[in-house]
Amino acid sequence: MAEKSYEVFPKNPKKTYGLMELVKGSSPIVNKEPEDTIFTWPNLFYVEFIVTLFIIAGLLFLSLYVGAPLEEEASGDTTPNPMKAPWYFLGLQELLVFFDPWIAGVALPVLIVIGLMLIPFLDINQKGKGYYTFSERKFAVSAYSFGMALWLVLIIIGVWFRGLDWNWYWPWDDAHIHKAVASGLKDMPVLFSRILGISEFAGKGLADLIVMIYFGLGLIIPVYLFKEFYKKLGLFRYVTTMVLFWVMVGIPIKVGLRLMFSIKYVVMTPWFKI
Amino acid sequence: MDFKKISDWITSTQFYKAIFRHGYEDTPRNRAMTTFSNVMYHLHPVKTRKESIKLRYTWCMGGTSLLLFIMLAFTGVLLMFYYVPDARRAYNDIKDIMAVVSFGSTFRNIHRLAAHLMVFTVWVHMTRVFLTGAYKSPREFNWIIGVVLLMLTLVLSWTGYLLPWDQLALWAITVGTKMAAAAPFFGVEGPFGAQLGMRPDTDVKFMLLGGTEVGQNALLRFYVLHCVVLPVMVVLFLAIHFWRVRKDGFSGPL
Repeated sequence: MAEKSYEVFPKNPKKTYGLMELVKGSSPIVNKEPEDTIFTWPNLFYVEFIVTLFIIAGLLFLSLYVGAPLEEEASGDTTPNPMKAPWYFLGLQELLVFFDPWIAGVALPVLIVIGLMLIPFLDINQKGKGYYTFSERKFAVSAYSFGMALWLVLIIIGVWFRGLDWNWYWPWDDAHIHKAVASGLKDMPVLFSRILGISEFAGKGLADLIVMIYFGLGLIIPVYLFKEFYKKLGLFRYVTTMVLFWVMVGIPIKVGLRLMFSIKYVVMTPWFKI
Repeated sequence: MDFKKISDWITSTQFYKAIFRHGYEDTPRNRAMTTFSNVMYHLHPVKTRKESIKLRYTWCMGGTSLLLFIMLAFTGVLLMFYYVPDARRAYNDIKDIMAVVSFGSTFRNIHRLAAHLMVFTVWVHMTRVFLTGAYKSPREFNWIIGVVLLMLTLVLSWTGYLLPWDQLALWAITVGTKMAAAAPFFGVEGPFGAQLGMRPDTDVKFMLLGGTEVGQNALLRFYVLHCVVLPVMVVLFLAIHFWRVRKDGFSGPL
């Protein structure tokens, strides 16, 4: 369906005549290749009209059964526990468990917005324009799906699996009983210095080195594995794409580090910690 | 009564012709003129590719988002007649809307449902556009406008969250604005914030709330943003968005 060419009668500048075609139809088409367009009125307008009716009817029907909630009047005296943002921000709020507020609430959203806006300029693959395809743009579709899935999972966790003190609550847990707050979080540099018996400064260096290796290898390996990809993008586009990509992949990695090894910070500087 | 005569007379009057510039008969010319001579020409071309009309291609999510926005504007205006953004009475106004005003709770429910749904449909629309590669040249800029519209949708939803002035509203906005205080450079608790001279009464959170905590000033600010500033911005960006869809041409075999 995609690679259909409508250039049935290629123009030849050497010839003074051209091929015409007689087709059944009710209006003339001049200077155009054979096409498959239909009148917007009534074809498209009817689709829109019917969808409109369905959505208005659906909303009216839903509004009878799903009431907008209204809790007690706003008061600074009683703080609800847990405090939840609207569902579409719960992905970010969930990240607050694993990252400092300036990352989860500000830096990551800004990166996401900038990353989204950059997509058309980073993805210069000319295939897959105007039709669904996975095989012709594997990386683009996979990366986008990964990001969306991550976002969705974080929102689902925030909406249904977080209870008192933002602890994990299964649906069958009693939502009114506090759970023991997990303690004993360690920073990766400290962990290194303890396990390896090196100074904390050396531990810090090791942690920074690991992060640098993560991004370094993430940038270098694909150059050799996917030479065509790298060549097509060029250095600037490639680096931007890969840095954004590995930052995105780094989020679940950091979450995993916390869950498996109780690691709080990986990179520590005097000004900020990640 | 001769029905034909009456309808002929109506369609021949100057008044009728002033409104409808095309005939009623089902001819190709009239089908073209229906789009061409109406305001709808802003949104659609006279002829459209068969493939691009199919629901399995578009999912109709962009149009649905627009419809939801229109419904939100409509129900929102109705709600505005009964709601005063005064911290002392806002909560009771909502109670009145739900209990006293005719169809008040229906319109409030629709307003809230449509708002949640719109966040969802805008998101799905973006996903569809991504999967069909419809952001590719020459439509790069329209994708950017789309991301702006997504942001505006989220902020619109969020600002509306405060207006009922109940516990849910107060604390959801408290969580949100706490993050603003943690913004690098502009927030008092963020990296380099204090070093750059941000104070609790000068940083970006203070600007959002008109104070150090969620109170009357915050309610008024969110109300004005929610009912005037952001909707106007959405309309402006929508105008650019639709214009570009029409004028950038289709990026694929549409």
